[in-house]
Amino acid sequence: MKIKDILKETFLALSSNKIRSGLTMLGIIIGIGSVIALTAIGTGAQNSISASIESIGSNLIIVMPGAQRSFGGPSGGRGVALTLTVPDADAIASQVSGVSAVVREVSSRKQVTATGTNTNTNIVGTEPSYLTVRNVSIDEGSFISANDVSSGSKVAILGPTTRDDLFGVGAENVVGQKIRISGSEYTVIGITVSKGGSGFSNVDDVVYIPYTTAGRYLSGNRYLSEIDVSAQDSSVSSQVQADVTTLLLSRHNITDPTKADFNTLNQADIIATASSVTSTFTGLLAAVAGISLLVGGIGIMNMMLTTVTERTREIGLRKAIGAKRKDINRQFLIEAVALTFIGGIIGVLLGVGIALAISSLGILQAVVSVSSIALAFGVSAVIGIVFGYYPAQRASKLNPIDALRYE
Amino acid sequence: MIEVKNITKTYNTGGEPFEAVKGVSFSVADGEFIAIMGPSGSGKSTLMHILGALDSPTSGSYFLDNKDVSTLSDDQLADIRRDKIGFVFQSFNLLPRTTVIRNVSLPLVYDGVPDKERIIRAEEALFASGLDRIYFSHLSNQLSGGQIQRVAIARALVNNPSLILADEPTGNLDSKTGEIVLNTFQKLNKELGRTIILITHEQEIAEHADRIITIRDGVITSDSKSHKKR
Ligand SMILES: Nc1ncnc2c1ncn2[C@@H]1O[C@H](COP(=O)(O)OP(=O)(O)OP(=O)(O)O)[C@@H](O)[C@H]1O
Ligand SMILES: [Mg+2]
Repeated sequence: MKIKDILKETFLALSSNKIRSGLTMLGIIIGIGSVIALTAIGTGAQNSISASIESIGSNLIIVMPGAQRSFGGPSGGRGVALTLTVPDADAIASQVSGVSAVVREVSSRKQVTATGTNTNTNIVGTEPSYLTVRNVSIDEGSFISANDVSSGSKVAILGPTTRDDLFGVGAENVVGQKIRISGSEYTVIGITVSKGGSGFSNVDDVVYIPYTTAGRYLSGNRYLSEIDVSAQDSSVSSQVQADVTTLLLSRHNITDPTKADFNTLNQADIIATASSVTSTFTGLLAAVAGISLLVGGIGIMNMMLTTVTERTREIGLRKAIGAKRKDINRQFLIEAVALTFIGGIIGVLLGVGIALAISSLGILQAVVSVSSIALAFGVSAVIGIVFGYYPAQRASKLNPIDALRYE
Repeated sequence: MIEVKNITKTYNTGGEPFEAVKGVSFSVADGEFIAIMGPSGSGKSTLMHILGALDSPTSGSYFLDNKDVSTLSDDQLADIRRDKIGFVFQSFNLLPRTTVIRNVSLPLVYDGVPDKERIIRAEEALFASGLDRIYFSHLSNQLSGGQIQRVAIARALVNNPSLILADEPTGNLDSKTGEIVLNTFQKLNKELGRTIILITHEQEIAEHADRIITIRDGVITSDSKSHKKR
């Protein structure tokens, strides 16, 4: 039997039973498509979570005023309590080892106005080291200088969203313009690079001013709303966190650590918590994907096996009119391969298509992995070929009469 | 051409073994036209399947053109069926959802006959079996019983076999169409020298053959020349 004839037989066999072929392929398409799409979404979500955690800064320990959130203890609202001072921050910088930088922050939400526009935004009073500690870069102009801090100058650096809100989307020549915050006029000296709005807290919607200026004109006191401590590397960050806690407890004359009037938050802890959350999440998605692959596989198996009776008779007939065992085997193998490959390719396209659609809708940057394609394709190809080919191979061993009589 | 010696066929399905053919011996010369008669369940089809190299006997020997068929491999049997035998099944066995022309040309696919020649030969066989041209591209499940029967006959003729085995080929046909089919068999026999064995219940049809073998309960009860009605 010629190859051309085998291919033609295969094509005719598949097209003479379109419903059967279609349903078999549908099983494969759904199985493969869902595995690829789900793993792409899972990986994308994991990436976006770890990216947004990393964008906070590196090896960061955040110290905030307020009572320790412990059982039974009173819990002060974040940023409400006035317990952290500039000397506290100075003490951390000079007395705790393993610290690479300390950032003082005085933050509040305020109405900001430019000529004819206004917006309610987050005013972060800070200092030059903020840039490196919080992974912020300057797009245009410059950031707060040490001089600005010591002299308490009225300069402001805008986040790109705030710039858009006040001066129009993508507005140029904003550096040098004036804005007003709580009645005082500030000169815009820089614009930061967008970090991408992640989740509910849009880190691009912000105005940076020197913390000394913020203390004098906005909060009206000498307290800090946050101290960011950057550890030299991740291995010492727990030690730094412990030392900072001990130091502040003694400076605030508190003996019972559960009564501390401040909180510390270690970025390593956040990452650990988040990665345990995301790995649970990814595991869940993998389970869903695995189930759909299983369901798809059972679908393929079911279609292949329910047609065994009819196909066995067909095999008996073909043998009765002169087909050899290898003619039968080849035809059914090619049939199974064709079904799984056509279905597989459509399934891959569907999965990748869903991933692309989700990415382009901006819901999530879905990441299609080659291994998920290989796994999904491999599993359904094996199922399709085994259950398409094996029964045929067995039937081809029957004599024609037994095959024709098969029930 | 055919030499069967003491052939038996025992079915083991369903508890007790059942002997459908119980020691049958006879020979068929080249170019003979034989009718096999006998009541339902007497083992006619079982015997035909063995003669057609479709099933193997439980014991006994079967020589076809001096070759011992019982010792041949699966693939060698397939070659014999393809090259020498045309078989019309009692239940026809057409490929479902497949056109008439493809059903008839299928044996030629396995014989490596080129595409175009397949169609020509299939059409010739269909004309010989008396099927109207308008049905050639119908699907096999869109035909009447008689039409299906003629397609099955055409498929048996298409590979120009030297031995044609037909299991009640006129069972579903009216007497006029039955006559056409019988004439075709006679022509193949007389003009082309094909050996033909057909099973029938009707004495009328059996009389068209040269020789009538009667089977009852798996044994031959008579084997005689017919009274030649032709
Ligand atoms: N696969 C099988 N398994 C068990 N018994 C079988 C099988 N095939 C046939 N038989 C039995 O063998 C006997 C002969 O069957 P066969 O088909 O040869 O009869 P037949 O003479 O062709 O009858 P009919 O004229 O009705 O076609 C029957 O009694 C039948 O029940
Ligand atoms: Mg019968």
